[in-house]
Amino acid sequence: MNRLLRPRRLLALLRKEFVQILRDPSAILIAFVMPVALLLLNGYGLSLDAKNVDFGVVIEAQTPRTMSLYRAFVDTPYLAARPYYTDSAAEAALLRREIKGYIVVRAETIRNLANALKPQPYLIVVDGVDANTARIVEGYAVGVLGGWYQREATSNSPSNLAPGVQLEHRYWFNPELRSTSFIVPGLIAVVMTLVGALLTAMIVAREWERGTMETLMASPASILEIMLSKLLSNFVLGMMAMAVSVILGLLLFQVPFSALFLISALALGLFISTIARNQFVAAQLTFITTYMPALMLSGLLFDIASMPHWVQDLTHIVAARYFVACLQTLFLAGDVSAILLPNALILFCFAVVFSLITLRRMNRNLEG
Amino acid sequence: MFGRIYALIVKEMLLLWKDRRMRFVILMPPLIQVLVFTFAATFEVRHVPLGVWNEDGTAASRELVRRFTDSNAFDFAGTIDNPQALRDWIDSQKASAVLHIDPRFSADLASNRPARVQLIIDGRRSNVALIVQNYAATIVATYNRETLAAGTLMADAGPQIEVRAWYNPNLDSQWYILPALNALVVMVMVMLINALSVARERELGTFDQLLVTPLRPFEILIGKVTPSLIIAAAEAFGILAVAVFAFGLPFRGSLPWFGISFVIFLLSAIGIGLAISSVAQTQQQAILGVFIFLAPAIILSGMATPIDNMPPWCQTLSLVNPVRYMIDLTRSLYLRDPTVPLILHQLWPMMVIGTVTLGFATLLFRRRLG
Repeated sequence: MNRLLRPRRLLALLRKEFVQILRDPSAILIAFVMPVALLLLNGYGLSLDAKNVDFGVVIEAQTPRTMSLYRAFVDTPYLAARPYYTDSAAEAALLRREIKGYIVVRAETIRNLANALKPQPYLIVVDGVDANTARIVEGYAVGVLGGWYQREATSNSPSNLAPGVQLEHRYWFNPELRSTSFIVPGLIAVVMTLVGALLTAMIVAREWERGTMETLMASPASILEIMLSKLLSNFVLGMMAMAVSVILGLLLFQVPFSALFLISALALGLFISTIARNQFVAAQLTFITTYMPALMLSGLLFDIASMPHWVQDLTHIVAARYFVACLQTLFLAGDVSAILLPNALILFCFAVVFSLITLRRMNRNLEG
Repeated sequence: MFGRIYALIVKEMLLLWKDRRMRFVILMPPLIQVLVFTFAATFEVRHVPLGVWNEDGTAASRELVRRFTDSNAFDFAGTIDNPQALRDWIDSQKASAVLHIDPRFSADLASNRPARVQLIIDGRRSNVALIVQNYAATIVATYNRETLAAGTLMADAGPQIEVRAWYNPNLDSQWYILPALNALVVMVMVMLINALSVARERELGTFDQLLVTPLRPFEILIGKVTPSLIIAAAEAFGILAVAVFAFGLPFRGSLPWFGISFVIFLLSAIGIGLAISSVAQTQQQAILGVFIFLAPAIILSGMATPIDNMPPWCQTLSLVNPVRYMIDLTRSLYLRDPTVPLILHQLWPMMVIGTVTLGFATLLFRRRLG
């Protein structure tokens, strides 16, 4: 062990790494400019809350009741309602993509309102090309209609209709269901995966490409020392980047932070860089193994439990998944160790496993 | 002149294909991403663990609970009998939602008073919470209609709502995400290839050699653009084939327009890649430039969340993002057979972006020479 790891040699290597980082503006750019820019853009840009969606209301006959229903659609902040007087006008607007959907209010339906036993059909048409928005719009429209019915029922003929079961919703931790408070904690995970992996992957891949890695290996320094020096120096840089993101997150969105996740991201970066000595391959792999999975498979945007089982299994190897769970709990629920501890433990395993694989690969590269 | 360009194209093609690892990286990641992310990107929510706190315990309330647990959306996670357990279950995510039925439930129901039922939802994941709320509302509405109308209580017919979704009748998430991935995945690859091509030559010193050949900057540009354009366009059609034959997506637009749109889109992406590449001094800077462009470009593309939801300044920023137009276009081409004016409406901004960036890259080639 002593021959493998001498503090003096490690310190010398660390110094070399820091000098290298300080003299290379691109490392500083990755570590500081990128997280800030990404956090700002994504924090504001990724929004699942649809508001003011253009929506048509087809009114066949203008009676006080239809106008009151139309006003209900105008009053909701979620829909920007526009009146149409025929089906075909609304249909044409949907085709021109001016509205995302429309509801048809038939004159007969409104006449039947007084008698609960007569049919009261409504038609809601949505533009399915954006399936997500379509589903949300459908929900909004049904909600507005339901709310209007309840108001009408209580104000006009209280004895006529049974109230039945009424469902109340309580949202814990995030009462307004703002998607930014849900997304921003996860975003730090996404951004830091990219930054951490990119830092190490690029730096080591460049050493291979320029042939300086062989020079390093030919020196008395052991593989462990070389790897540790790369990991540690980038860790310091990454932690500083994390600090910047966290300060920004605290100021703008309020977010906590974790070091373990960063280590696993850095180790992943080192691992990638030993496989891919070519910078193109390193860049492509980093992007594909970090940013995209962190976005798509971490539970940040899409619910993991709803994915097919084999994709759920895949998400277990995405480090960001555990970090997203940690951050969201820390941020919105406070310290809940039942969730934090297992996730942190898994992140720790990630860091160890990736580091070990990297060590072995570097050894083999030297022999080969 | 054409002989010279042809020779350069052959050289660039060879560079891309000679390396086994390079070939792998060009072909496999786009395919893997399409496969995995298409399955991952689902807006439907299933198997939400539901805790039940039923203080009523009569047949009427058990029927309501059964309707929740029988639905695809909810999985029965267990019963709870006190507020502390409720707090623990939600905190530890043992249950993502808890259905709480008041002890007066059946009494209220029998005496025609509103029978209140609470659904406590974990708001940490707001995307799931909103959908869960909609499911629950539907279940309760059906319960009201069926049991109350059929029983001795008042017959409340209520509104009968028929919903029709055009172009995507089942609102299938795959139909939404796959056309977007088709554009995005190909772009990521093509931008990386191009951003690195000039930067690598510069780092190795071969770019100066290229500049002293009889090739003019414009010809160098064509030589650099063509090979990646061919590979990427072939890949775009490959993904289209996977989408239609493996995932069963419709393709309602026209194939020629699909091809034309992709060529224009890819040219604008290549233009951005080459522009980054000609500014960068090293490969590392080039990669960095691409990442700085790509990471926000993916967010602001409307792939996962609609652009309309973004704050105005993000929407303005997204105007210079070619993927934004292309994703809109691929979605239209797959699902709705757009009219030519609608296609052109998305095509011209990409043409402008492509012309500007490719022109910029050529100019920089020339300046390096002087």
